[in-house]
Amino acid sequence: MSTLNTLLLGFISIVLINNLVFTKFLGICPYLGVSGRIDMAFGMGMAVTFVVTLSGTLTWLIDHLILMRMGLEVTRYVCFILVIAGAVQLVEMYVRKFFPSLYESFGIFLPLITTNCAILGLCLFIHLWGIDNLPEAVVLSFGAGIGFTMAICIMAGIRENLNLADVPECLKGAPITLITAGLLTLAFMGFAGMIR
Amino acid sequence: MTKNSDTTAGIYKETLLAGLWRENPVFRLLLGMCPTLAVTAAVKPALTMGLSVIFVLVCSNIVVSLMRNLLKPHLRILMFTLTIATFVTIADLFLKAFQPEMSETLGPYVPLIIVNCIIICRAEACASKNNLLVSIIDAVGMGVGFTLTLCVLAGVRELLSTGMIFEAKVMPDWFVPWAAMSMPVGAFITLGLLLGLVNKLTKGKS
Repeated sequence: MSTLNTLLLGFISIVLINNLVFTKFLGICPYLGVSGRIDMAFGMGMAVTFVVTLSGTLTWLIDHLILMRMGLEVTRYVCFILVIAGAVQLVEMYVRKFFPSLYESFGIFLPLITTNCAILGLCLFIHLWGIDNLPEAVVLSFGAGIGFTMAICIMAGIRENLNLADVPECLKGAPITLITAGLLTLAFMGFAGMIR
Repeated sequence: MTKNSDTTAGIYKETLLAGLWRENPVFRLLLGMCPTLAVTAAVKPALTMGLSVIFVLVCSNIVVSLMRNLLKPHLRILMFTLTIATFVTIADLFLKAFQPEMSETLGPYVPLIIVNCIIICRAEACASKNNLLVSIIDAVGMGVGFTLTLCVLAGVRELLSTGMIFEAKVMPDWFVPWAAMSMPVGAFITLGLLLGLVNKLTKGKS
């Protein structure tokens, strides 16, 4: 029971309270780049969710079963980035084969998931928070993906309406998106303190 | 600038200046946003971050430029990333050993330099095509441009959130600190307004 409780709390906390985009500033590049249309944002979110779950789990396993046992912690970053690059390659091949239209609309952004800080960041945070059992690592990785998807979809919804708004000339594009993101962050601060 | 750009020295000078303003990585190219937002609550961590990025950028540009003729197209990005990861590990261990407090403050954002788009972008756009000297100058220009931007942003945020710069008090006594500026909200909104300001300034000129 208590294990289930921990997992559930961990999930809610990574989706709402410690949301990677709003509190840790991870994954800002796709957050600004792909959030123009809501369907693309959702597709991107799903791709990131898949990659982050896979690589979060794999890096935890590699870290605990290989690197820590053999005292090879120095090579941690190199190993992590290799795992992520491999996972992204897998997703790219899958999407190209089964969803060709989605693949075309992603364009450059799909390979760029490799350099999405949210993914490497989450792997590092799992290590930093000292997560020492596999289920928790899996749940946290999955929750991080869901949190990212939620953030990017909210942003895309707002930006679709923002196109109709009268924004001052010099704030058009990236600046107004950043300011909107700031206000969203303010709203999400309301969740802080919900769990301890 | 066009006057002496056909001489070798002119090309070097132009490459150096491009990174500082015309192609400033943060303001003009919108690259490397994550560290820009995350470490700029105060000037000191921002400066440390900037220096680490300069180190990694210069080293990786040197290595990539030296091996540019050996690269296979489909393995290119992987080689870049591995090179960068190696130098980031060096920088991270160096900070842990000599600046333990700063390393604690920056936390995972030092290893996150690996996925900083600026570095991979410069490796791809400049170092894999140019000779050693141009690559080094380009790396220095881009790195210094990035560091200056970080410091400007961090200066504004530290001044408004605590009334201090470099932990020395500069604001008068009646100043009430804006706590929100040191939080994520402040980061997003300050950068948004700064970008707007830069857009306005450059538009007036051209």
